[in-house]
Amino acid sequence: MSKEWPLWEVFVRAKNGLSHRHVGSVHAADDRMAIEAARDTYTRRMEGVSLWVVRSADIVASDPGEGAALFEPAADKVYRHPTFYSIPEHVKNI
Amino acid sequence: MTDGLTEYALRLGDDSLILGQRLGEWCGHAPMLEVDLSLTNVALDLVGQATLFLGIAGDADKLAFHRDVLDFKNCLLVEQPNGDFAQTIARQFLFSNWQELLFRELTQSRNATLAAIAGKAVKEVAYHARLANEWMVRLGDGTAESRARIVNGLDWMWRFGDELFDVDDVVEPLIASGVAVDVRKLRGEWDQRIARTLSEATLEMPKPRRAAKGGRIGHHSEHLGHLLSEMQFLQRAYPGATW
Amino acid sequence: MYTTELKDKNQKSAPVTTVAEDPAKLAAFEARVAADDFIEPKDWMPEAYRKTLVRQISQHAHSEVVGMLPEGNWITRAPSLRRKAVLLAKVQDEGGHGLYLYAAAETLGTSRDEMIEALHTGRAKYSTIFNYPTLTWADIGAIGWLVDGAAIMNQVPLQRTSYGPYARAMVRICKEESFHQRQGYEIMMALAGGSPEQKRMAQNALDRWWWPSLMMFGPPDENSPNTAQSVRWRIKRETNDEIRQRFVDVTVPQAEAIGLKVPDPALTWNEARGSYDFGPIDWEEFYAVVRGEGLVAKERMKARVEAWEKGAWVREAANAHAAKRAHRAAAE
Repeated sequence: MSKEWPLWEVFVRAKNGLSHRHVGSVHAADDRMAIEAARDTYTRRMEGVSLWVVRSADIVASDPGEGAALFEPAADKVYRHPTFYSIPEHVKNI
Repeated sequence: MTDGLTEYALRLGDDSLILGQRLGEWCGHAPMLEVDLSLTNVALDLVGQATLFLGIAGDADKLAFHRDVLDFKNCLLVEQPNGDFAQTIARQFLFSNWQELLFRELTQSRNATLAAIAGKAVKEVAYHARLANEWMVRLGDGTAESRARIVNGLDWMWRFGDELFDVDDVVEPLIASGVAVDVRKLRGEWDQRIARTLSEATLEMPKPRRAAKGGRIGHHSEHLGHLLSEMQFLQRAYPGATW
Repeated sequence: MYTTELKDKNQKSAPVTTVAEDPAKLAAFEARVAADDFIEPKDWMPEAYRKTLVRQISQHAHSEVVGMLPEGNWITRAPSLRRKAVLLAKVQDEGGHGLYLYAAAETLGTSRDEMIEALHTGRAKYSTIFNYPTLTWADIGAIGWLVDGAAIMNQVPLQRTSYGPYARAMVRICKEESFHQRQGYEIMMALAGGSPEQKRMAQNALDRWWWPSLMMFGPPDENSPNTAQSVRWRIKRETNDEIRQRFVDVTVPQAEAIGLKVPDPALTWNEARGSYDFGPIDWEEFYAVVRGEGLVAKERMKARVEAWEKGAWVREAANAHAAKRAHRAAAE
């Protein structure tokens, strides 16, 4: 069997002002083909104005096994959120 | 005999229709799912163009499904069979590069409808040309087999290129009045584009050969009749029915 | 389009139960799924869950791709430019859906090539419905109306399935499918309101596609051993019989609205249940088709294998060219 075309992750910017969002993946032999496959697969219904494609193999992901260490320490840092602070009702614009 | 504009619209519409029909044959059978989707997008663009151009000439469906070969005015290139993927790409390569130049100029037409259709379609065919050019390079500069196949495909299609640049008595007055594009003036740029991509594909320019022509006056190859008998089957078998 | 879990009858259950899993991990996993949390690709999951998902998602993907063939059969013969464009767009969507689903399954560690290989060698199944031929244009209407209608009912709940990539693919698919059923019904409407020949075509298509459509929901619940586990894992959200009943209930009035008759003499409205009672389904036929004895099963597989084999040199050429370019770029 011949070698499979590499997998690429596809990101679409729905409209200017928004960030690119992951929508799925395609197989393509090279970067131009990856853009075209992404265009022909994921933007057929006017879903976007810009595309990113990234080789799936090049994506570095956090390990879910370390999820607790990575993300849970943020849980008790409630002082990072505005609702942590009590301001009297009559004080406005703050 | 139809008037000049009608005839011109038929030529434009039939080119898109017949090639769209051909590409539709690929749907579900392409080398890779991604390629299947791409080819279908191209087919959809072409069927859309055909609908608009034929709409200038009359009832688009009646024209598409009730004319016989002698009344079809597409160029011979688009009716050529798909063959293998290389042959399909070679056909698309020659045609889309021409159609892009044609539509670019047609956006300047004094006929507002033609100009508007071209304005929409030129973006579509620019993409078709890009796809075809890239595949020419991949196949030409790919493996020994792909190279042999694209050389064969191009060899099949090459003799139909000259017809794209013909101007006859029907079109001449339309050119004079600023309605139609003088395709003769596009030849130089087309030649350059073809040469550039072939060079990138490490392919030789095919040898000049006697041009095959006649599509614009209804003198077609044998392939068109079979294409039409399939495409028109329902409308012919059930005359007067609406679908 | 959709495929339910397909196995030969004789292949009786052997449900993919487990190698010994770590009980603590398993319990945590089950709790997450029960709490409607989503499982993502790199999360720990029981092997049985992974295998069941790969099997179901890839069957679903195969069904989409094989499903391009019966409808593709009419692209070149569609009776108007509008119908041609719609059908092209629809069949293309099926291809796209196959692609999304293969991609979802690939996140579980099985490559698309492996899945395609399994399809081509007959190890993987696809929906039985596509082994029936499309004889007339009305079949294109019937497929859109009935087959896509059945598919939508199966698929909508899967948008909340437990595996994230599958759920996201289903969201996209459901959004895109919404026009499929309507275009099919519109074709049927035009035919049912047309000439006597067209009416005959429409009724004939309903006659041929009705029962196979009901079979699409899969074997009756008592013969569908994995249902309980799949429901618990939210790989499946309702039982086969529940969805089948709902399909019958919504479709019968749609047929009546355009003057077509559902080919089931036993069909009667059951006031007490608020549902239609319907006649027995020929499950022998269903299992025969699952075994590959559908009228055009061989043609379908031949078409897929041929497309794949004839495309091999194209895929190789693109790889070879990419390698050359990379090599040149490295040399610069």
